[in-house]
Amino acid sequence: MEIFWILAIPLIGGLLLALFGCGRYAPELNSTMSFGTFLASAFLTVRVITDGPMTAFNEQFFVDSFNVFLVALTAFVAFTTSLFSRPYMRIEQAHGKLTVNMLRLYHSMYQLFTFTMLVALLTNNLGIMWVAMEAATLTTVLLVSLYRTPASLEAAWKYFILCGVGIAQALFGTILLYFAAEKVLGAGGTALLWTHLDAVKTQLEPTVLSLAFVFLLVGYGTKVGLAPLHNWLPDAHAEGPTPVSAVLSGLLLNVALYAVVRSKVLVDGALGSHLAGNLMMGFGLLSVVMAAFFLSRQKDVKRMFAYSSIEHMGLMTFAFGMGGAVATFAGMLHMTVHSLTKSAIFFAVGHATQKSGTQLMENIRGLITTNPTIGWGLAIGSLAILGMPPFGVFASEFLIITTAMHAYPWTTPFLLIALGVAFAAIFSRVQSMVFGETTDERLPHPPALVPVFAHLGLVLLLGLYIPPYLADWYRQAAALIG
Amino acid sequence: MNGILLQLFQDTLVVVIAPLLLGWVNQCRAWLQNRSGAGVLQPYRNLIKLFHKDAVLAHNASPLFRFTPYILFASMWLAAALVPVVATDLPLSPAVDVIALVGIFALARVFISLAAMDIGTSFGTLGARREMLVGFLAEPALLMIFFTAAAISQSTSLVTIVETLAHKQFVIHPSLAFAAIAFVMVLLAENARIPVDNPSTHLELTMIHEAMILEYSARHLAMVEWASMLKLLAYTTIGFALFMPWGIAEAGNWSALPVALIALFLKLAVAGAGLALLETLSAKMRIFRVPEFMGTAFLLAVLGLLVHFLHGN
Amino acid sequence: MENFAGQLINLFAALLLLIAFGMLSQRRILSLINLFALQGLVLSVSTLFVAYTSHQHHLYYSAGLTLLLKVIILPWILHRLIRKLNIKWDVETLFNIPTTMLVGIGLVVFAFNLAAPISLMAGTITKSSLGIAMACVLLSFLMMITRSKAIPQVIGFLAMENGLFFAATSATYGMPMVVELGIALDVLIGMFILGIFFFQIRETFDSLDLKHMEKLKED
Repeated sequence: MEIFWILAIPLIGGLLLALFGCGRYAPELNSTMSFGTFLASAFLTVRVITDGPMTAFNEQFFVDSFNVFLVALTAFVAFTTSLFSRPYMRIEQAHGKLTVNMLRLYHSMYQLFTFTMLVALLTNNLGIMWVAMEAATLTTVLLVSLYRTPASLEAAWKYFILCGVGIAQALFGTILLYFAAEKVLGAGGTALLWTHLDAVKTQLEPTVLSLAFVFLLVGYGTKVGLAPLHNWLPDAHAEGPTPVSAVLSGLLLNVALYAVVRSKVLVDGALGSHLAGNLMMGFGLLSVVMAAFFLSRQKDVKRMFAYSSIEHMGLMTFAFGMGGAVATFAGMLHMTVHSLTKSAIFFAVGHATQKSGTQLMENIRGLITTNPTIGWGLAIGSLAILGMPPFGVFASEFLIITTAMHAYPWTTPFLLIALGVAFAAIFSRVQSMVFGETTDERLPHPPALVPVFAHLGLVLLLGLYIPPYLADWYRQAAALIG
Repeated sequence: MNGILLQLFQDTLVVVIAPLLLGWVNQCRAWLQNRSGAGVLQPYRNLIKLFHKDAVLAHNASPLFRFTPYILFASMWLAAALVPVVATDLPLSPAVDVIALVGIFALARVFISLAAMDIGTSFGTLGARREMLVGFLAEPALLMIFFTAAAISQSTSLVTIVETLAHKQFVIHPSLAFAAIAFVMVLLAENARIPVDNPSTHLELTMIHEAMILEYSARHLAMVEWASMLKLLAYTTIGFALFMPWGIAEAGNWSALPVALIALFLKLAVAGAGLALLETLSAKMRIFRVPEFMGTAFLLAVLGLLVHFLHGN
Repeated sequence: MENFAGQLINLFAALLLLIAFGMLSQRRILSLINLFALQGLVLSVSTLFVAYTSHQHHLYYSAGLTLLLKVIILPWILHRLIRKLNIKWDVETLFNIPTTMLVGIGLVVFAFNLAAPISLMAGTITKSSLGIAMACVLLSFLMMITRSKAIPQVIGFLAMENGLFFAATSATYGMPMVVELGIALDVLIGMFILGIFFFQIRETFDSLDLKHMEKLKED
């Protein structure tokens, strides 16, 4: 039942906002709908904690400890982002960057985007998962091009074409998977259900599955933003509205990675080798190193943090690729804390750019003197994302690197150098943005910074103390993924 | 004895009906362009007229220039006569190898190009160069097409190919679809048809074949023209042999001959009309596009071969 | 009869490949759209034959769906778009066509080799078509790379989807119906969104040439 509400609320919200989104209270309606979704996901979480994994609606939907925490995270970040977007988009409208109709499109698409991501997470059918991922691309294309500037149109076009091509590869992978599954499970609807596939994964044809995994990894990996298929990501993040950058980085990338990990479980079972893991480690490591070096050359603040997202997604992919209880645990923890921290940073950055009227870092100065809350938010968020203790990112990165040192010592220098470069680059830039001298005016509107500090508070909490039930979850999920 | 008679009959037939095919194509084109046309017998009248004229030769023409029309005519006649048109098992059949056919066409090409350059006019040289440009791209494409058919019937003998395709169980070969399209493209290029060349103009920017034979007159010109008619017929019948060999008579079977003849004329009528339609629909392309056109033909033929190996039959 | 239908399907597969090459070398947008519709038609007919020989009833529906979506609706939308955007006679200068074709041949060889071990395992009568399906996907991909204008890129994208659909029918007798419906829905919505998008691009750049859209890159 909770699953029904989780999916129904954003869908209804999307339709309602499409019809009545011109009204003055559209942002509030948007937040209310997101809150409803969050509430439903909280109930679902409670239920999964007490009753364990379950399927629903004729096995079409499926919840276990792995996807339930992502559902909760997605619903939570979608809710806080909608809180942030309420004043933020009003200010954008006041600046004349957006019209009423654009806002209507934005709100409606925001809800539908949440809907597609939740479908992708909850569905048991790998084919439907593909459909939902493609739909998530489609809904965000128009969000990225919302401002209709030449640069935003270009970014949206690139996003559509690259992700469209990528996701077409994933469809081919899904077809191959079905081809292998059909031999064991028989033709028809059940052969793509993940629970059924998981039960017979050792009988699946290894050659077909390894080929299928390559296509799935390339396909969904494009959406994760893995190098060398990451080109769309910085553009889409930099040119879209800030709330969209926040949900893209914080949520969509996670969902895509979720799809990759689900496929990996099946392939590992069929192959009995570490091929899938090795591939993921390779792509992950490449992404970490490449993103760190590109990151140091950015001038646009949103682009810089977009590259930081690529770096962190690479790190997670690497962690899941290594496999084993500790690394998988760390990967999931990193998913959570990265998602929270990065969206908080984008919130702060959004207000900072609104204040300065530019996204160029050299023109943003002295946030701490004019708007101390924005300044502190950005400073703390950056420290958190750079892996400073006592934040949660430190804990997960520490776990990943120590595991890597133990299992694959040769990778540690690459990881450490990349993290170091990223640290130096982001730290120096953020420092001048926060503390530099400025003649800028204060932001005339009160910024919406509750979500920033709520997220950062959670990240801090996760760094100091992981609640036992959460740790339990991670452990169960880690056992599941292997 | 019957075989020799049949061979003689076929050889006479091709040389007689070659102008008829051209006349039919021209007539169809006229109809398609809403003209009344000169009638299907016009090429015969042209040939007769040319034979009655006095030949004029340039002062510096070498003997090569005078021999070439006969060499051309002979090689084209040989080619057209070798292709199994009405029957398969003929005395000359062992000689009908597709690679040899390509060789015969190449021989004719070399001579006409040399003759075109013999007088030393700029047009002749220009035509010869363009002919070579088309030829060096068309030849490999033609070979590839033949190889596709040969791979299906396991033999480069055209007779075997025809027998495999015509008299065995009916099988669809997707590879032949590619080869057929490539073959039509090669046919258009090699026979100086639109879109590669326009046989009815003398525009120096575009002409290829006409530029080479500008210096010929009277009986020499008649031989050259007749040779190109024979070439068109040879190509058309090769096309029939490869892609629609149905209705051809088997060895020494006189009773199947009428059917084979009717089938031949029907196929020629359809092919001629199709060729006319194709020429009417397409526009002459720039000479520098021709390599692209021929390259496409070559690639299609290669693709046909690949598809054949994929399907593994 | 079964054998004959199998041969026909092989023939259709070859036709699909031929059309894919035709699209690769086509300069005019109008002909490109017609080729795309033709590809959809061939796909639909071949699905019909697969349905007939394999007695898979849901394939009749997917054949109908393909006919409706890819032969009627999508070409119709594209025709409308080019009329509205007034780019009917756009001629594109392409990359050197023979080079593109040569690369295409290379891709075909690659796809055939990749598909060979899988084809051996497939129990369907259409198994040898899997290589062709993969080749079609790769060729559409190549087409997207070599085009500089928006609409041909989108047609390439849709053609890629055609190739994937063919792969699904040839290797597995089609995906489950609910997935196929979802995919069709995605394609349709995607097309609508792109329609809107084209107008936005045209409004901003006065052209649908993507050469104007090369500002965002790493320097």
